[in-house]
Amino acid sequence: MTTKPKKTVDPSVLKEEMLRKYPPKVARKRSKQILVNELDEQGHSQEIMSNVRTIPGIITQRGCTYAGCKGVVLGPTRDIVNITHGPIGCGFYSWLTRRNQTLPPTPESENYMPYCFSTDMGEHDIVFGGEKKLRQAVQEAFDAMNPKAIGIFSTCPVGLIGDDVHAVARDMKEKLGINVFAFSCEGYKGVSQSAGHHIANNQLFKHVIGLDDTPTEGKFKINLLGEYNIGGDAFELEELFTRCGITLVSTFSGNSSYDQFAKSHSADLNCVMCHRSINYVAEMIEKKFGAPWIKVNFIGGEATAKSLRRIAQYFGDKELIERVEAVIAEELPKVKAAAEEVLPTTEGKLAMLFVGGSRAHHYQELFHEMGMKTIAAGYEFAHRDDYEGRHVLPSVKVDADSRNIEELEVEADPARYRARKTPEELKALEDAGVEFKNYPGMMMEMESKTLIIDDINHYESEALIEKYKPAVFCAGIKEKYVVQKLGVPLKQLHNYDVGGPYAGFGGAANFYREIARLVSSKVWTYMKAPWEENPELSATYVWE
Amino acid sequence: MKDGSPFVSTTNACKLCTPLGACLAFKGIEGCVPFLHGSQGCATYMRRYIISHFREPVDIASSALGEKNAIYGGGANLKKGLLNVMDKYGAKAIGLATTCLTETIGDDVKMILSEFRSEFGDLSLPAILPVSTPSYSGTHMDGFTGALRAAVDVLAGEEKTPAVNVLSGFVSPEDIRHLKTICRAFCLPATILPDYSDTLDGGAWEEYEKISPGGTPIAAIRAMGGAPASLEFGRTLDPARTAGGLLEERFGVKRLGLGLPIGLRETDAFMAALEELSGRCLPRALGAERARLVDALVDGHKYVAGKRCLIYGEEDLAVGLASFAAEIGLVPVLVASGGSSGRLTSAVAAVSGDILREQPQVASGVDFYEIADKAKTLAPDLILGNSKGYRVLAKELNVPLVRVGFPIHDRFGASRVIHLGYRGAQSLFDRVANALIEKKQADSDIGYGYI
Repeated sequence: MTTKPKKTVDPSVLKEEMLRKYPPKVARKRSKQILVNELDEQGHSQEIMSNVRTIPGIITQRGCTYAGCKGVVLGPTRDIVNITHGPIGCGFYSWLTRRNQTLPPTPESENYMPYCFSTDMGEHDIVFGGEKKLRQAVQEAFDAMNPKAIGIFSTCPVGLIGDDVHAVARDMKEKLGINVFAFSCEGYKGVSQSAGHHIANNQLFKHVIGLDDTPTEGKFKINLLGEYNIGGDAFELEELFTRCGITLVSTFSGNSSYDQFAKSHSADLNCVMCHRSINYVAEMIEKKFGAPWIKVNFIGGEATAKSLRRIAQYFGDKELIERVEAVIAEELPKVKAAAEEVLPTTEGKLAMLFVGGSRAHHYQELFHEMGMKTIAAGYEFAHRDDYEGRHVLPSVKVDADSRNIEELEVEADPARYRARKTPEELKALEDAGVEFKNYPGMMMEMESKTLIIDDINHYESEALIEKYKPAVFCAGIKEKYVVQKLGVPLKQLHNYDVGGPYAGFGGAANFYREIARLVSSKVWTYMKAPWEENPELSATYVWE
Repeated sequence: MKDGSPFVSTTNACKLCTPLGACLAFKGIEGCVPFLHGSQGCATYMRRYIISHFREPVDIASSALGEKNAIYGGGANLKKGLLNVMDKYGAKAIGLATTCLTETIGDDVKMILSEFRSEFGDLSLPAILPVSTPSYSGTHMDGFTGALRAAVDVLAGEEKTPAVNVLSGFVSPEDIRHLKTICRAFCLPATILPDYSDTLDGGAWEEYEKISPGGTPIAAIRAMGGAPASLEFGRTLDPARTAGGLLEERFGVKRLGLGLPIGLRETDAFMAALEELSGRCLPRALGAERARLVDALVDGHKYVAGKRCLIYGEEDLAVGLASFAAEIGLVPVLVASGGSSGRLTSAVAAVSGDILREQPQVASGVDFYEIADKAKTLAPDLILGNSKGYRVLAKELNVPLVRVGFPIHDRFGASRVIHLGYRGAQSLFDRVANALIEKKQADSDIGYGYI
C-alpha cells in the first residue's frame, strides 16, 4: 500500500462522511467531538466536547478509573506497596505493563514494582465483605516487605459492596506505624482513566505530600510533574537537570520514591509535563505551599531547549542561565544533525496522533522537527482545557461524572506557605514571557484544517487512514495491529513499543531514527507475491 | 480460598480473571464479537493483555457502565451496546460475558436478553451467547470452558454430522492448525472448538476486516449435537461444566475425555482415539513424526536426563507438561497452578506415576510468591511456564525458562509455539535440550563450542 496521500482531502467532507454512518443521536454527539481546526480572530479555538461517556458497544481506547489511579500515577513509584483490593484481573492486568522504568539507588533498595499484590477477592468476600481480608493482606504485605508505605486501590465490586477501605487504611496505619492510605478508584467512576488521575492526585496530596520538612540541598529546586519514565524518559531528563545544575526534588511519578513525594513541597518551581494527569497536584501545592507552576515540554529538541530556558529564566540566576545555554549549545546541534539525517525519508509525510492527555500534543513537536505534518490528532481521556487551553476552565460544565470526584479544599499552610517570588517579580517574569498556571492546549498549536477528534474509535480511525494514508499512526497497543492490518505502521506512544527514551535531546534523536525506520520500511511492498504483482503473460488457446 | 496456603492475599498471581478466558474462547467462533457487560476498563485491560500475546487486532465490546448504571442496573447500556455491535460489525454472534461489576449488582442478563429479543425481534438478531463470568469466582480457564459450554448450549442441535467434536482447550493457534492437519491425515472430519488459529494469528490483509476471518463456523457448532463423538482435552475438567459434558447429557454424544496431547504418551492416547473413531491406522506421516521424536529422545537424553524441572501454568497444561517432562527423563520437582479444580494432584499422578520414582510436589491455587518460595529449596535446573515466571523465578534463580502457554509477552511468536502432538513434543524437546545446553555453555569457563 502506498503511504502517500492520494489527493487533497477536505476534512469537513470527511467529517460529514464519518457522521453519516451513525444513528442521529450518536452523530449529534460525535459531531461535537470531531472538529476541523480553525482559530477565531482572538486566536481562540472552537469548543470541543470531551471527557464525556463513551458509547456502549463502540470500541474505545479508554481505560478505567482504577487504571488511571493505580496504573498510571502510582504505578511508577518503586517503594510503595500497592495492594489491589478486588478480584484478580485488575491487579494482574496492571502488573508492569506500562514499561515504566525505575532505578533503585542500590541493588538492595526497595523496589516493589515487579510485584502484584492483590486481595484476590472470592465469592465469600463479595457476599460477606472484604474488609477482613484486606486487613490481612495489608498485614501480610507488611510482614513480607516491611515497606514505608502501603496504598490500597479499590476495584468495581469494592464500592458496590460498601467496603470501607479508608477505615481499614486508618486502622492499619495506626497498627503498623507506617503510612497506609486508600484510593476509592472503582473502575465505573468517571468516564475514563482521567478520573483516576484526579483521585490519585488528591490522595497523594492528602496523605504524602508535605510530610517531610527536612530541607533539600540545592539552589534551583524543581519538581517534574506528569513524567512517568516510560522507556527511560526520566533518566534522560534527570541527567539533563544534573548537568544544568538544577536539583530535582521529586518526579510525579517516573523513577520516583515515597520520600521524594513527602518533601516535594520544598521545591521552588513545579514543571508540568502531562497537564491532564497531574495539574491538580501542581495547583494544590501552589495553594498550600506557595511554589508556582509552569507548563513545560521535554518532547522535541527545540521544546527541550525552550523548557530549560524557562526554568533558568524563572530562577533568574546568571550562572544557571549560562550553564543551561552551554548544555543547549552542546546538545542541540547533535539533535539537529540527527534530524538532518532522517529528513530525506521523513519530510512531507503525514502523521496522526491519538493518545493520552498530552502526548498527542507534545509529540507533534518531534514530527515537526522531522518535517512531518500532523494531519489529525486527539486525546483519549483529556478535558476541554487540554484541547482549548486553561482559559476555558470557568466555562467547563461539571457533569454528574465529574461531580462524584472530590475537589479538595486547599488553603495556604499557615506555617509552611512561602511565596517564592514577590508579585513584582512574578509580573516581571510574566512580562518576559513566562506563563504561570497556563496550558494553552493542543488546538492552538495545530494548523488550520487539521482534524481534532476526541475519544476516537475504530471506525473513525479506519476512515481517517483510508482517506489520508498517513505515513505513521501513533496510538497504543490496542490499536497497533488494527492499524497495521490497514497497511500503516503504528508507533505506540503509551509504552513506546520496545523503544525509548524519547524525551530530552538524546530522546529526540532516538525518536527521529525510530520514525525513519517505520516510514521507510519496505515490508508493505511484500504484501503481494511476485507472481501476483507481475502475472505471467496470459495466453489463450488457438481455438478460443 | 487457597489450598493449604499460609497467606490470604495473592502476590504475583499465576492465573488471570474469568471473563478474559471467555473472550478468548469467543474469539474462536466465526463472526463472533466478545462483549463484556461491565465497566469499559475490563474490555480495555483484557484487550491489551490478549493483544500483547497474540499481536493481532482483538476487539472486545463493552456496555461501558458508569456509576449511575452501577446503581440503577446496566440493562439499557447492554441493549444499546448490543445494537451498536450488530450495526457496526454485522456480527453473526455476540459472546456476552459478565464481569464482577454486573454480577455484584445482580444484573439479570437472561431477563435483559429476553426483553431485548422482544423489543428488537424485528431485526435480524445475531446468536447471543451469554455466560456468567464473575471474576471473583474461578480463573480464566473457568471462563474459557464456561463460554464454550454457553455457545454449545445456545447453538447445538441434533442434526446429524459425520464430524467429530474436538474440544481442544486453551492451546496456541499453531496447535489448532496442527490438530487440523492430524484430523485430515486420518481423513476424519472434525469440528474444532474454539478455532482461533486464524482470528488470533492471521495474515496480512488486503482489505481491513471488521471481524477477523476464521473461527469455528456457527453452522458447525449447531451440528455438534449430532456428532459421532466428542474428544475433550483436559484431565482436570469437570464434564458437568464443559461443552463436551453438555453434548453428552443433552444429545448423548459420547464424550472421550483425554489429557492435552502433550508429549509422546498423551499423544499416543489421542492417536489411538482417532484410530478408533476413523477406523484407520496411524497415517504414515504421523508415524514418521513419532519415530523421529523417539529417535530424538534417545539422542538428546544425555542433555536432559535427571535435570530438575519446575512447571507452572493452567492446570491442564501443567499436567501435560508434567507427563512430557517425566517421559523424557526430566525430574519434575514442582507442578503448580493458580487454578484450583481439586483434580491437579490425581491428574499429575495419573500421567507420571508409573515413570517417576518420586511424585513431584503439586501445588494448586498458588501464586508466584509461593512458587518462588518453594523453588528456593527445590533447586530446579529448568522451568517450563509462561512469561510471568521470568522475573520472580527464572531470573532470580538464574535458571532457564522455556516459555509455553499464555501469556508470552517477552518473546516473539507466541502464537506459533506448538505444544500438541508428536510435532509439539519434538519442538518442546528441542527447546528444552537447547535451553539446558545454552545454560551450560554460558556458565562454562572453558567456553565449549562443541557440546
